Amino acid sequence: MNALITTAVFGIVLMFVGLFVKNRQHIKYYAIAGTIIAFIANWYDAQLAGGGTVVLHGMIEVSRFSVLFNAVAIASTFLYFVLCGSSFEKVGNDVADYFALIFFILSGITLTASFSNLLMLFLAIEILSIPQYILAGADKKNLKSNEASLKYFLMGSFTTGILLMGIALIYGATGSFSLREMSLGTGDISPLALCGIILTGFALAFKVSAAPFHFWTPDVYDGSPTVFTAFMATVVKAAGFIAFMRLFHVSFAGGNLSQHWQLIIALITASTLLIGNFTAVFQQSVKRMLAYSSIAQAGFMLFAIVALNETAAQGIILYAVAYSVATIGIFAILLKLKDYTFDGYNGLARREPLLALVNTIFLLSLAGIPLTAGFFAKYFVLSAAVQQGNLLWLVILAVLCAAISAYYYFRVIIAMYFKSGEAETTEPITTGFKSALVIGAAVIILLGVFPNLVLQFL
Amino acid sequence: MLTVLLILIPLITGLITFGLKGPGAKVMSLLSSLATLVIAVIAWLQFQTAPEALRFTESWIPQLGSQFNVGLDGMGMMLCLLTAISFPLIFITVFRREYDRPGAFYGLMLLSQAGLIGVFTAYDALLFYAFWELALIPVYFLCSMWGGERAVPVTFKFFVYTFTGSLLMLVGIIYIYFQTPDHSFSWTAFTTLHLSSGEQSWLFWLFFVAFAIKMPVFPFHTWQPDTYEQSPTPVTMVLSGIMVKMGLFGVVRWLLPVLPQGAYMWQEAAIVLSVIGIIYASCIAIMQSDLKRLIAYSSIAHIGLMSAAIFANNEQSLQGVQVQMFNHGINIIGLWMLVEVIQDRLKIKDMNGLGGIATHAPKLAVMLVIVSLANIALPLTNGFIGEFLMFSGLFQYNPWFAAVAALAIILAAVYMLNMLQKVIFGESNTLTASTVDLKGGEMLAIALIAAVIFVLGVYPKPLLELVHGTTALVNATAWVK
Repeated sequence: MNALITTAVFGIVLMFVGLFVKNRQHIKYYAIAGTIIAFIANWYDAQLAGGGTVVLHGMIEVSRFSVLFNAVAIASTFLYFVLCGSSFEKVGNDVADYFALIFFILSGITLTASFSNLLMLFLAIEILSIPQYILAGADKKNLKSNEASLKYFLMGSFTTGILLMGIALIYGATGSFSLREMSLGTGDISPLALCGIILTGFALAFKVSAAPFHFWTPDVYDGSPTVFTAFMATVVKAAGFIAFMRLFHVSFAGGNLSQHWQLIIALITASTLLIGNFTAVFQQSVKRMLAYSSIAQAGFMLFAIVALNETAAQGIILYAVAYSVATIGIFAILLKLKDYTFDGYNGLARREPLLALVNTIFLLSLAGIPLTAGFFAKYFVLSAAVQQGNLLWLVILAVLCAAISAYYYFRVIIAMYFKSGEAETTEPITTGFKSALVIGAAVIILLGVFPNLVLQFL
Repeated sequence: MLTVLLILIPLITGLITFGLKGPGAKVMSLLSSLATLVIAVIAWLQFQTAPEALRFTESWIPQLGSQFNVGLDGMGMMLCLLTAISFPLIFITVFRREYDRPGAFYGLMLLSQAGLIGVFTAYDALLFYAFWELALIPVYFLCSMWGGERAVPVTFKFFVYTFTGSLLMLVGIIYIYFQTPDHSFSWTAFTTLHLSSGEQSWLFWLFFVAFAIKMPVFPFHTWQPDTYEQSPTPVTMVLSGIMVKMGLFGVVRWLLPVLPQGAYMWQEAAIVLSVIGIIYASCIAIMQSDLKRLIAYSSIAHIGLMSAAIFANNEQSLQGVQVQMFNHGINIIGLWMLVEVIQDRLKIKDMNGLGGIATHAPKLAVMLVIVSLANIALPLTNGFIGEFLMFSGLFQYNPWFAAVAALAIILAAVYMLNMLQKVIFGESNTLTASTVDLKGGEMLAIALIAAVIFVLGVYPKPLLELVHGTTALVNATAWVK
């Protein structure tokens, strides 16, 4: 609750900061302060909830899980501001507005982890989507940015319609919007409700860019200003998964209800893994490769939805941390480079050894190498699926895809270390930037050795 | 505690070495590897009186029931000794060489040592998996950065092969984990679990592929000759001397005790693959003119024999395999050392360009003869006892397999003696006439290897006794017929 309020308030505050603060470089410090305050406020929710759950008017419920996810999202945003905050001013003049929009997205994110009513779900998805349409088009004079914004907006509003349709059908079948009170039955299910479930599933699959609803992702991620892609592809995406998982696990999984939709989600997972990984192999631009890699990683996160158990919840939290921190770090380094193709990384290890080392740690984590957080993230979601029993084929497919993913992540490592070239940076690398990256890498390694540093809060 | 020290010393000194510049790095790594050797010897002495004291258990990830559980049995102790002996020898051999960015080079070498010792001591499946990958990553960077001109794609192939294999193994580990009653990764829980024969049948392949790629067994071997050829020689020594033992070790420590029925069902398939590998690799070795590739293929043939003997799975074959793991490690490292010297002096590795070294560098020639003969397993060298036991074990299982595999001895003699003839005998040319003989550190390292070859050739009893416990244990696990 506190997190929702503070982030919304800071959204408005940042808009006014733009009026009164003349030096645009100072705006980011207000934003960083905002995330710190939001983090502390969120922590007070944990005291409020204690071990249990507090429900507000049947609309929002504050639980340990939601507080933990909010903490992860806010901390990732903090890291994002520290690493990428100074790149905001290169996009356009309205720096304060960009920060304000990100705070609004953040308030949408806090809702995805705590909605207990379908209307709140709809609000959460809209609050985090609309600022993204604006951010995608922030580089107003760039055609690709305009295209990204328009494409995202059109496709996004179309799926919003589908989501609403699904919610309406479910309401028609059960007479309730409440996640806990709607009774879809345990065995047989009315065709009306089943259509509702499938439509909401498709709409959410679009939001998390799962195949075959992923076609917007590469163009939007590639066209948007890189600094905003870094945020859209990480924290926001993780939030989409939290919403997806909460809805399907809380409301649609009673009795053996899950058997009606599990196979569909499993097939979506399989196609997401295959399309994401195979297409990423053929990319020449690192930015576009990261777009497809985000689809591939979405395939792994979908495991948490297919598998209905405790391990899945642990896995999605760990995945959110590992994936967000690593991808934000990689994007932050990418932002400093002149050339976004793989060749742009040639010889980075000689020029900036620390940057190359940290980037390697992030990439290894995305590939899921042990002793990085990415390994345990993959481990938890895969073992959730193994525990489920009948999904072993999907697990084998996933590990083969993980081996493919090593190919495109290692291409960056190979370029940095084993190819000679002058990886040119657009600006000198500051010590502050480096130390923030090192902290990010330390988090990845620490969680790779002791994942219970995060899981103990669950 | 000693076991933890064995992992920690190379790990910590490795990280420190990254920051060192110039000659400090190699001095540091040599001291570190000697310290590890001392600890390993102390552990060995303790192992003979109180092996249980080497066990160390600490909670790691309580949510998963995974523990930091390390300890040593006979085979683990033997392989730790092999690792601890090999690294100082490798560092001594290359002490005079200058590597670009020495801090990173020696740091990565030490990290791979930590990973290897971790693999040999882990008694927790998740920990085993973590170390298994930890040993791979430094080697990937070592080969790519300091290797030959084709090193980057070749090493990447190696990485993808082993990474795929180990991910399949991970699926197997997760599956078995959920079958254990108290959800534990410990070796004890895994081995006491009774899986149905249907489950064991497919789980076998998940594990076997991972181990077979690492060994490598035909048809998973294609990464190996290229990688050996392109890697810098110290790394090739680690790869061929110690790292391939990870695969064999994995089968004896995990596959046979955890999936005895699965291993029994697919016993014949595994042996057939291994025997095909022996003959195939030996024939290719005969046709090679490149020194490094010849040794690489000879290594595939030897490993194939060990793999066949493991799956024959009787007392003699298992004893033979474990003894041979140690001896093969020593011999192949010796061979690579001599190749490294030849390549360092003459800058070529094509045998057709060599010849007549014996007259100009007699010490080098004598050592090459000794190590080569040990590699053919001539009696009174260390290779003999292991091969003898393996063949007699294989014979008990099926005389026909033993007969076909025994061809490998003849073929080995063909390619090794052919190599000797081309390299050290015959007419010397303008290039080889200038060969400089073995010097200081090289002579010391190779003389030590020759000493081990003869001592263990005449008196293999300590080695046989060391590994006997493991053999008995594996034989005692349910081998349902």
